Amino acid sequence: VNLVTATVAWLTNPAQWAGQFGIPNRLLEHVVIATISLAIALLIALPAGLAIGHTGRGAAIAAGLANLGRSLPSLAVIAIAIPITVHVDPVLGGTALPTLVAMVVLAIPPILVNAYTGIAEVDRDLIEAGRGMGMRERQILAGIELPVALPVVLGGIRSAAVQIVATATLGAIFGWGGLGRFLVDGIAQRDDGQVFGGVLLVGGLAIATEFAIGLLQRLARSPGLAEDATRPAVEIAPRPAIPGM
Amino acid sequence: MIDWAWLAGHVDAIAYRTGQHLYLTALGVGIGFAISFVLALAAARYRILYPPISALAGILYTIPSLAIFAALISITGFTVVTAEVPLVMYTLVILVRNIVAGLDGVSDDVLEAANGMGHTRRQRLWRVELPLAVPLIVAGLRLATVSTIGLVTITGTISDAFGGLGYFILDGYHRTFPTEMYAGALPSILLALAVDLLFVRLQRRVTPWAHARALEAAA
Repeated sequence: VNLVTATVAWLTNPAQWAGQFGIPNRLLEHVVIATISLAIALLIALPAGLAIGHTGRGAAIAAGLANLGRSLPSLAVIAIAIPITVHVDPVLGGTALPTLVAMVVLAIPPILVNAYTGIAEVDRDLIEAGRGMGMRERQILAGIELPVALPVVLGGIRSAAVQIVATATLGAIFGWGGLGRFLVDGIAQRDDGQVFGGVLLVGGLAIATEFAIGLLQRLARSPGLAEDATRPAVEIAPRPAIPGM
Repeated sequence: MIDWAWLAGHVDAIAYRTGQHLYLTALGVGIGFAISFVLALAAARYRILYPPISALAGILYTIPSLAIFAALISITGFTVVTAEVPLVMYTLVILVRNIVAGLDGVSDDVLEAANGMGHTRRQRLWRVELPLAVPLIVAGLRLATVSTIGLVTITGTISDAFGGLGYFILDGYHRTFPTEMYAGALPSILLALAVDLLFVRLQRRVTPWAHARALEAAA
Protein backbone atom coordinates (compact mmCIF):
# COMPACT_ATOMS: atom_id res chain seq x y z
CA VAL A 1 0.00 0.00 0.00
CA ASN A 2 2.90 2.27 0.85
CA LEU A 3 4.42 1.66 -2.57
CA VAL A 4 1.13 2.39 -4.30
CA THR A 5 0.54 5.69 -2.50
CA ALA A 6 4.16 6.74 -3.04
CA THR A 7 3.91 5.92 -6.75
CA VAL A 8 0.59 7.71 -7.18
CA ALA A 9 1.94 10.72 -5.29
CA TRP A 10 5.02 10.84 -7.51
CA LEU A 11 3.09 10.40 -10.74
CA THR A 12 0.46 13.03 -9.85
CA ASN A 13 2.97 15.62 -8.66
CA PRO A 14 2.71 18.48 -11.21
CA ALA A 15 6.45 19.07 -10.89
CA GLN A 16 6.98 15.70 -12.57
CA TRP A 17 5.13 16.82 -15.68
CA ALA A 18 7.13 19.90 -16.64
CA GLY A 19 10.63 20.98 -17.51
CA GLN A 20 13.82 19.29 -18.62
CA PHE A 21 13.69 16.64 -15.90
CA GLY A 22 9.94 16.01 -16.21
CA ILE A 23 8.26 12.87 -17.51
CA PRO A 24 7.27 14.31 -20.94
CA ASN A 25 10.83 15.38 -21.75
CA ARG A 26 12.37 12.11 -20.46
CA LEU A 27 9.86 10.14 -22.54
CA LEU A 28 10.69 12.27 -25.58
CA GLU A 29 14.45 11.68 -25.06
CA HIS A 30 13.83 7.95 -24.81
CA VAL A 31 11.65 7.78 -27.91
CA VAL A 32 13.97 10.01 -29.98
CA ILE A 33 17.15 8.00 -29.24
CA ALA A 34 15.22 4.74 -29.80
CA THR A 35 13.89 5.96 -33.15
CA ILE A 36 17.30 7.18 -34.32
CA SER A 37 19.00 3.90 -33.41
CA LEU A 38 16.23 1.79 -34.95
CA ALA A 39 16.51 3.84 -38.16
CA ILE A 40 20.30 3.34 -38.31
CA ALA A 41 19.97 -0.40 -37.59
CA LEU A 42 17.27 -0.73 -40.28
CA LEU A 43 19.44 1.09 -42.84
CA ILE A 44 22.26 -1.38 -42.19
CA ALA A 45 20.46 -4.66 -41.53
CA LEU A 46 17.40 -4.56 -43.80
CA PRO A 47 19.08 -4.17 -47.22
CA ALA A 48 21.72 -6.72 -46.19
CA GLY A 49 19.10 -9.19 -44.95
CA LEU A 50 16.92 -8.83 -48.06
CA ALA A 51 19.93 -9.30 -50.37
CA ILE A 52 21.12 -12.39 -48.47
CA GLY A 53 17.63 -13.88 -48.43
CA HIS A 54 17.11 -13.25 -52.14
CA THR A 55 20.48 -14.47 -53.39
CA GLY A 56 21.17 -17.06 -50.69
CA ARG A 57 24.75 -15.80 -50.59
CA GLY A 58 26.47 -14.98 -47.31
CA ALA A 59 23.82 -16.64 -45.15
CA ALA A 60 26.38 -18.57 -43.10
CA ILE A 61 28.46 -15.46 -42.41
CA ALA A 62 25.38 -13.44 -41.51
CA ALA A 63 24.15 -16.18 -39.17
CA GLY A 64 27.54 -16.29 -37.46
CA LEU A 65 27.70 -12.51 -37.08
CA ALA A 66 24.12 -12.35 -35.83
CA ASN A 67 24.80 -15.05 -33.27
CA LEU A 68 27.89 -13.18 -32.13
CA GLY A 69 25.90 -9.96 -31.84
CA ARG A 70 23.12 -11.67 -29.91
CA SER A 71 25.63 -13.01 -27.38
CA LEU A 72 27.03 -9.58 -26.49
CA PRO A 73 26.05 -8.30 -23.02
CA SER A 74 24.54 -4.84 -23.62
CA LEU A 75 26.36 -3.29 -20.66
CA ALA A 76 29.67 -4.60 -22.05
CA VAL A 77 29.00 -3.02 -25.46
CA ILE A 78 28.33 0.37 -23.83
CA ALA A 79 31.48 -0.01 -21.71
CA ILE A 80 33.66 -0.79 -24.70
CA ALA A 81 32.17 2.08 -26.71
CA ILE A 82 32.70 4.79 -24.04
CA PRO A 83 36.51 5.26 -24.24
CA ILE A 84 36.18 5.40 -28.04
CA THR A 85 33.16 7.72 -28.28
CA VAL A 86 34.68 10.11 -25.73
CA HIS A 87 37.36 10.83 -28.33
CA VAL A 88 34.67 11.64 -30.91
CA ASP A 89 32.72 14.03 -28.67
CA PRO A 90 33.89 14.79 -25.12
CA VAL A 91 30.36 15.54 -23.85
CA LEU A 92 27.95 13.25 -25.72
CA GLY A 93 30.68 10.59 -26.02
CA GLY A 94 30.42 9.85 -22.33
CA THR A 95 26.60 9.70 -22.23
CA ALA A 96 24.28 9.37 -25.24
CA LEU A 97 26.73 8.13 -27.90
CA PRO A 98 27.91 4.84 -26.31
CA THR A 99 24.30 3.94 -25.53
CA LEU A 100 23.34 4.71 -29.13
CA VAL A 101 26.19 2.52 -30.40
CA ALA A 102 25.06 -0.37 -28.20
CA MET A 103 21.43 0.06 -29.28
CA VAL A 104 22.38 -0.12 -32.97
CA VAL A 105 24.77 -3.06 -32.51
CA LEU A 106 22.20 -5.08 -30.57
CA ALA A 107 19.30 -4.22 -32.91
CA ILE A 108 21.06 -5.45 -36.05
CA PRO A 109 21.02 -9.25 -35.39
CA PRO A 110 17.25 -9.77 -35.04
CA ILE A 111 16.45 -7.52 -38.04
CA LEU A 112 19.09 -9.22 -40.21
CA VAL A 113 18.20 -12.80 -39.25
CA ASN A 114 14.45 -12.36 -39.65
CA ALA A 115 14.85 -10.50 -42.95
CA TYR A 116 16.96 -13.19 -44.60
CA THR A 117 15.20 -16.23 -43.14
CA GLY A 118 11.81 -14.67 -43.99
CA ILE A 119 12.82 -14.08 -47.61
CA ALA A 120 14.63 -17.42 -47.93
CA GLU A 121 11.58 -19.32 -46.67
CA VAL A 122 9.24 -17.94 -49.36
CA ASP A 123 7.74 -20.78 -51.40
CA ARG A 124 9.99 -21.43 -54.43
CA ASP A 125 6.91 -22.04 -56.63
CA LEU A 126 5.76 -18.44 -56.11
CA ILE A 127 9.12 -17.14 -57.24
CA GLU A 128 9.18 -19.45 -60.27
CA ALA A 129 5.70 -18.21 -61.16
CA GLY A 130 7.00 -14.64 -60.99
CA ARG A 131 9.96 -15.51 -63.20
CA GLY A 132 7.58 -17.20 -65.64
CA MET A 133 5.55 -14.01 -65.79
CA GLY A 134 8.69 -12.17 -66.85
CA MET A 135 9.32 -10.32 -63.56
CA ARG A 136 12.82 -8.98 -63.00
CA GLU A 137 14.80 -10.01 -59.84
CA ARG A 138 14.07 -6.64 -58.23
CA GLN A 139 10.36 -6.99 -58.99
CA ILE A 140 10.33 -10.51 -57.53
CA LEU A 141 11.93 -9.21 -54.33
CA ALA A 142 9.61 -6.20 -53.99
CA GLY A 143 6.45 -7.75 -55.42
CA ILE A 144 6.53 -11.35 -54.16
CA GLU A 145 9.18 -12.11 -51.55
CA LEU A 146 8.85 -9.01 -49.39
CA PRO A 147 5.03 -9.03 -49.11
CA VAL A 148 4.98 -12.75 -48.27
CA ALA A 149 7.85 -12.46 -45.78
CA LEU A 150 6.62 -9.17 -44.25
CA PRO A 151 5.25 -10.63 -40.98
CA VAL A 152 8.57 -12.39 -40.34
CA VAL A 153 10.57 -9.28 -41.25
CA LEU A 154 8.39 -7.18 -38.91
CA GLY A 155 8.90 -9.80 -36.18
CA GLY A 156 12.62 -9.07 -36.31
CA ILE A 157 12.00 -5.32 -36.21
CA ARG A 158 9.71 -5.85 -33.22
CA SER A 159 12.30 -7.70 -31.14
CA ALA A 160 14.91 -5.13 -32.17
CA ALA A 161 12.67 -2.25 -31.06
CA VAL A 162 11.92 -3.86 -27.69
CA GLN A 163 15.63 -4.52 -27.19
CA ILE A 164 16.37 -0.89 -28.07
CA VAL A 165 13.86 0.46 -25.53
CA ALA A 166 15.48 -1.73 -22.84
CA THR A 167 19.04 -0.74 -23.76
CA ALA A 168 18.10 2.96 -23.72
CA THR A 169 17.21 2.65 -20.02
CA LEU A 170 20.79 1.48 -19.36
CA GLY A 171 21.98 4.83 -20.73
CA ALA A 172 20.87 6.39 -17.43
CA ILE A 173 23.57 4.40 -15.59
CA PHE A 174 26.09 6.21 -17.78
CA GLY A 175 24.77 9.70 -17.16
CA TRP A 176 22.36 9.90 -20.05
CA GLY A 177 18.67 10.90 -19.73
CA GLY A 178 15.60 9.02 -20.89
CA LEU A 179 13.14 7.19 -18.66
CA GLY A 180 15.92 5.10 -17.11
CA ARG A 181 16.90 8.28 -15.21
CA PHE A 182 13.92 7.76 -12.85
CA LEU A 183 15.07 4.20 -12.07
CA VAL A 184 18.72 5.09 -11.43
CA ASP A 185 17.95 8.29 -9.48
CA GLY A 186 15.11 6.59 -7.61
CA ILE A 187 17.40 3.80 -6.41
CA ALA A 188 20.15 6.27 -5.46
CA GLN A 189 17.70 8.50 -3.53
CA ARG A 190 15.78 5.51 -2.07
CA ASP A 191 12.66 7.12 -3.54
CA ASP A 192 10.19 4.25 -4.06
CA GLY A 193 7.60 6.49 -5.74
CA GLN A 194 10.10 7.58 -8.36
CA VAL A 195 11.36 4.00 -8.88
CA PHE A 196 7.88 2.56 -9.38
CA GLY A 197 6.73 5.52 -11.47
CA GLY A 198 9.78 4.87 -13.65
CA VAL A 199 9.02 1.14 -13.78
CA LEU A 200 5.48 1.85 -15.00
CA LEU A 201 6.72 4.30 -17.63
CA VAL A 202 9.57 2.11 -18.88
CA GLY A 203 7.50 -1.09 -18.82
CA GLY A 204 4.58 0.71 -20.46
CA LEU A 205 6.75 2.04 -23.27
CA ALA A 206 8.28 -1.41 -23.91
CA ILE A 207 4.90 -3.16 -23.94
CA ALA A 208 3.38 -0.42 -26.12
CA THR A 209 6.26 -0.85 -28.60
CA GLU A 210 5.76 -4.62 -28.64
CA PHE A 211 2.03 -4.30 -29.21
CA ALA A 212 2.23 -1.55 -31.84
CA ILE A 213 4.63 -3.50 -34.05
CA GLY A 214 2.76 -6.74 -33.24
CA LEU A 215 -0.39 -5.09 -34.60
CA LEU A 216 1.44 -4.12 -37.80
CA GLN A 217 2.60 -7.72 -38.05
CA ARG A 218 -0.95 -9.01 -37.73
CA LEU A 219 -2.15 -6.57 -40.40
CA ALA A 220 0.68 -7.68 -42.69
CA ARG A 221 -0.21 -11.34 -42.35
CA SER A 222 -2.33 -12.75 -45.15
CA PRO A 223 -5.81 -13.63 -43.81
CA GLY A 224 -5.44 -17.05 -45.43
CA LEU A 225 -2.57 -17.94 -43.14
CA ALA A 226 -4.24 -18.19 -39.74
CA GLU A 227 -2.02 -19.13 -36.82
CA ASP A 228 -2.71 -21.59 -34.02
CA ALA A 229 -2.40 -19.78 -30.69
CA THR A 230 -2.08 -23.06 -28.79
CA ARG A 231 1.27 -23.82 -30.39
CA PRO A 232 4.56 -21.92 -30.31
CA ALA A 233 4.56 -19.48 -33.21
CA VAL A 234 7.85 -20.35 -34.77
CA GLU A 235 8.22 -17.15 -36.76
CA ILE A 236 7.98 -14.76 -33.83
CA ALA A 237 11.26 -13.92 -32.11
CA PRO A 238 12.80 -15.20 -29.96
CA ARG A 239 12.68 -18.03 -32.43
CA PRO A 240 13.02 -21.50 -31.02
CA ALA A 241 16.59 -21.98 -32.12
CA ILE A 242 16.96 -24.83 -34.54
CA PRO A 243 19.85 -27.16 -33.70
CA GLY A 244 22.86 -26.44 -35.85
CA MET A 245 21.94 -22.85 -36.59
CA MET B 1 45.61 3.53 -22.21
CA ILE B 2 45.55 0.15 -20.45
CA ASP B 3 46.89 0.13 -16.89
CA TRP B 4 48.66 -3.24 -16.84
CA ALA B 5 49.77 -2.88 -13.22
CA TRP B 6 46.13 -2.63 -12.13
CA LEU B 7 45.26 -5.75 -14.12
CA ALA B 8 48.19 -7.67 -12.62
CA GLY B 9 47.07 -6.70 -9.13
CA HIS B 10 43.46 -7.70 -9.74
CA VAL B 11 43.78 -11.18 -11.23
CA ASP B 12 42.21 -12.70 -8.12
CA ALA B 13 39.35 -10.20 -8.15
CA ILE B 14 38.65 -10.90 -11.83
CA ALA B 15 38.68 -14.65 -11.19
CA TYR B 16 36.31 -14.21 -8.23
CA ARG B 17 33.89 -12.09 -10.28
CA THR B 18 34.02 -14.58 -13.17
CA GLY B 19 33.06 -17.35 -10.75
CA GLN B 20 30.27 -15.21 -9.34
CA HIS B 21 29.07 -14.47 -12.87
CA LEU B 22 28.83 -18.19 -13.66
CA TYR B 23 27.18 -18.94 -10.31
CA LEU B 24 24.47 -16.26 -10.73
CA THR B 25 23.90 -17.44 -14.32
CA ALA B 26 23.66 -21.14 -13.39
CA LEU B 27 21.28 -20.40 -10.51
CA GLY B 28 18.98 -18.32 -12.73
CA VAL B 29 18.94 -20.78 -15.63
CA GLY B 30 18.60 -23.77 -13.28
CA ILE B 31 15.57 -22.41 -11.44
CA GLY B 32 14.16 -21.07 -14.70
CA PHE B 33 14.48 -24.48 -16.32
CA ALA B 34 12.74 -26.24 -13.41
CA ILE B 35 9.78 -23.83 -13.60
CA SER B 36 9.68 -23.88 -17.41
CA PHE B 37 9.78 -27.66 -17.48
CA VAL B 38 6.67 -27.94 -15.31
CA LEU B 39 4.87 -25.16 -17.22
CA ALA B 40 5.77 -26.68 -20.60
CA LEU B 41 4.62 -30.18 -19.65
CA ALA B 42 1.35 -28.73 -18.38
CA ALA B 43 0.92 -26.65 -21.55
CA ALA B 44 1.74 -29.60 -23.83
CA ARG B 45 -0.80 -31.79 -22.03
CA TYR B 46 -3.52 -29.17 -21.61
CA ARG B 47 -3.28 -27.06 -24.76
CA ILE B 48 -5.60 -24.40 -23.43
CA LEU B 49 -2.85 -23.40 -20.96
CA TYR B 50 -0.32 -22.54 -23.63
CA PRO B 51 -1.70 -19.15 -24.82
CA PRO B 52 -1.95 -17.57 -21.33
CA ILE B 53 1.45 -18.95 -20.19
CA SER B 54 3.13 -17.84 -23.40
CA ALA B 55 1.47 -14.40 -23.31
CA LEU B 56 2.37 -13.75 -19.67
CA ALA B 57 5.97 -14.92 -20.12
CA GLY B 58 6.17 -12.78 -23.27
CA ILE B 59 4.99 -9.64 -21.46
CA LEU B 60 7.46 -10.22 -18.61
CA TYR B 61 10.20 -10.72 -21.21
CA THR B 62 9.35 -7.35 -22.76
CA ILE B 63 9.90 -5.31 -19.59
CA PRO B 64 13.45 -3.90 -19.48
CA SER B 65 15.66 -5.62 -16.90
CA LEU B 66 16.74 -2.41 -15.17
CA ALA B 67 13.07 -1.70 -14.38
CA ILE B 68 12.55 -5.14 -12.82
CA PHE B 69 15.72 -4.89 -10.74
CA ALA B 70 14.74 -1.40 -9.57
CA ALA B 71 11.21 -2.49 -8.66
CA LEU B 72 12.40 -5.51 -6.68
CA ILE B 73 14.91 -3.53 -4.61
CA SER B 74 11.98 -1.85 -2.82
CA ILE B 75 10.42 -5.25 -2.09
CA THR B 76 13.20 -7.79 -1.55
CA GLY B 77 16.02 -5.34 -0.79
CA PHE B 78 19.65 -5.60 -1.84
CA THR B 79 19.57 -9.40 -1.77
CA VAL B 80 20.36 -12.24 -4.12
CA VAL B 81 16.58 -12.72 -4.57
CA THR B 82 16.41 -9.31 -6.24
CA ALA B 83 19.16 -10.40 -8.62
CA GLU B 84 17.75 -13.85 -9.39
CA VAL B 85 14.00 -13.25 -9.83
CA PRO B 86 14.43 -11.24 -13.07
CA LEU B 87 17.04 -13.68 -14.38
CA VAL B 88 14.63 -16.58 -13.84
CA MET B 89 11.75 -14.60 -15.32
CA TYR B 90 13.55 -13.87 -18.58
CA THR B 91 14.44 -17.53 -19.18
CA LEU B 92 10.78 -18.63 -19.02
CA VAL B 93 9.65 -17.40 -22.43
CA ILE B 94 12.61 -18.97 -24.22
CA LEU B 95 12.57 -22.29 -22.35
CA VAL B 96 8.79 -22.88 -22.28
CA ARG B 97 8.55 -22.13 -26.00
CA ASN B 98 11.42 -24.44 -26.91
CA ILE B 99 10.33 -27.33 -24.67
CA VAL B 100 6.77 -27.20 -26.03
CA ALA B 101 8.07 -26.88 -29.61
CA GLY B 102 10.33 -29.88 -28.96
CA LEU B 103 7.42 -31.98 -27.74
CA ASP B 104 5.29 -30.79 -30.67
CA GLY B 105 7.98 -31.94 -33.06
CA VAL B 106 7.53 -35.61 -32.13
CA SER B 107 5.66 -37.19 -35.04
CA ASP B 108 2.30 -38.91 -34.59
CA ASP B 109 3.74 -42.15 -35.99
CA VAL B 110 6.30 -42.26 -33.21
CA LEU B 111 3.61 -41.62 -30.59
CA GLU B 112 1.45 -44.37 -32.05
CA ALA B 113 4.36 -46.80 -32.09
CA ALA B 114 5.01 -46.02 -28.42
CA ASN B 115 1.32 -46.62 -27.64
CA GLY B 116 1.45 -49.87 -29.59
CA MET B 117 4.39 -51.02 -27.49
CA GLY B 118 2.18 -50.67 -24.44
CA HIS B 119 3.68 -47.47 -22.98
CA THR B 120 1.49 -45.64 -20.52
CA ARG B 121 1.14 -41.93 -21.12
CA ARG B 122 3.81 -41.21 -18.50
CA GLN B 123 6.23 -43.78 -19.88
CA ARG B 124 5.72 -42.42 -23.37
CA LEU B 125 6.52 -38.88 -22.19
CA TRP B 126 9.72 -39.82 -20.35
CA ARG B 127 11.04 -42.54 -22.66
CA VAL B 128 9.97 -41.29 -26.07
CA GLU B 129 8.78 -37.69 -26.25
CA LEU B 130 11.30 -35.95 -23.98
CA PRO B 131 14.35 -37.72 -25.43
CA LEU B 132 13.22 -36.67 -28.91
CA ALA B 133 12.68 -33.09 -27.69
CA VAL B 134 16.21 -32.85 -26.24
CA PRO B 135 17.76 -31.04 -29.25
CA LEU B 136 15.26 -28.16 -29.08
CA ILE B 137 15.48 -28.10 -25.27
CA VAL B 138 19.27 -27.77 -25.46
CA ALA B 139 18.86 -25.06 -28.10
CA GLY B 140 16.58 -23.20 -25.67
CA LEU B 141 19.06 -23.61 -22.82
CA ARG B 142 21.74 -22.17 -25.07
CA LEU B 143 19.75 -19.01 -25.82
CA ALA B 144 18.62 -18.66 -22.19
CA THR B 145 22.11 -19.11 -20.76
CA VAL B 146 23.79 -16.67 -23.13
CA SER B 147 21.16 -13.99 -22.54
CA THR B 148 21.37 -14.56 -18.77
CA ILE B 149 25.14 -13.99 -18.87
CA GLY B 150 24.38 -10.58 -20.39
CA LEU B 151 21.74 -9.79 -17.76
CA VAL B 152 24.01 -10.76 -14.85
CA THR B 153 26.24 -7.78 -15.71
CA ILE B 154 23.23 -5.52 -14.96
CA THR B 155 22.68 -7.05 -11.48
CA GLY B 156 25.65 -4.89 -10.46
CA THR B 157 23.20 -1.96 -10.33
CA ILE B 158 21.54 -3.60 -7.30
CA SER B 159 24.67 -3.67 -5.19
CA ASP B 160 28.45 -4.05 -5.45
CA ALA B 161 27.97 -7.53 -4.00
CA PHE B 162 26.49 -8.71 -7.33
CA GLY B 163 27.05 -8.06 -10.99
CA GLY B 164 29.72 -10.66 -11.67
CA LEU B 165 32.07 -9.09 -14.22
CA GLY B 166 29.58 -6.24 -14.62
CA TYR B 167 30.85 -4.93 -11.28
CA PHE B 168 34.08 -3.79 -12.97
CA ILE B 169 32.14 -2.03 -15.74
CA LEU B 170 30.09 0.03 -13.27
CA ASP B 171 32.96 0.63 -10.81
CA GLY B 172 35.32 1.54 -13.65
CA TYR B 173 32.78 4.00 -15.04
CA HIS B 174 32.24 5.70 -11.68
CA ARG B 175 36.02 6.03 -11.25
CA THR B 176 36.52 7.09 -14.92
CA PHE B 177 38.98 4.22 -15.26
CA PRO B 178 38.80 2.58 -18.73
CA THR B 179 41.10 -0.32 -17.79
CA GLU B 180 38.65 -1.54 -15.16
CA MET B 181 35.71 -1.13 -17.56
CA TYR B 182 37.49 -3.28 -20.12
CA ALA B 183 38.40 -5.79 -17.40
CA GLY B 184 34.66 -6.29 -16.94
CA ALA B 185 33.45 -5.90 -20.53
CA LEU B 186 35.87 -8.11 -22.45
CA PRO B 187 35.78 -11.15 -20.11
CA SER B 188 31.96 -10.96 -19.97
CA ILE B 189 31.82 -11.06 -23.77
CA LEU B 190 34.33 -13.93 -23.87
CA LEU B 191 32.31 -15.76 -21.22
CA ALA B 192 29.12 -15.44 -23.31
CA LEU B 193 30.90 -16.61 -26.47
CA ALA B 194 32.62 -19.52 -24.68
CA VAL B 195 29.35 -20.74 -23.18
CA ASP B 196 27.66 -20.36 -26.58
CA LEU B 197 30.35 -22.54 -28.20
CA LEU B 198 30.05 -25.08 -25.39
CA PHE B 199 26.33 -25.38 -26.12
CA VAL B 200 26.99 -25.69 -29.87
CA ARG B 201 29.17 -28.74 -29.10
CA LEU B 202 26.55 -30.11 -26.75
CA GLN B 203 23.91 -29.62 -29.48
CA ARG B 204 26.07 -31.57 -31.91
CA ARG B 205 26.49 -34.34 -29.39
CA VAL B 206 22.72 -34.68 -28.83
CA THR B 207 21.94 -34.54 -32.56
CA PRO B 208 24.64 -36.68 -34.19
CA TRP B 209 22.36 -37.26 -37.18
CA ALA B 210 22.32 -33.54 -38.11
CA HIS B 211 26.11 -33.54 -38.18
CA ALA B 212 26.22 -36.75 -40.22
CA ARG B 213 23.73 -35.29 -42.69
CA ALA B 214 25.81 -32.13 -43.06
CA LEU B 215 28.90 -34.22 -43.75
CA GLU B 216 26.98 -36.26 -46.29
CA ALA B 217 25.77 -33.11 -48.03
CA ALA B 218 29.32 -31.74 -48.09
CA ALA B 219 30.73 -34.95 -49.58
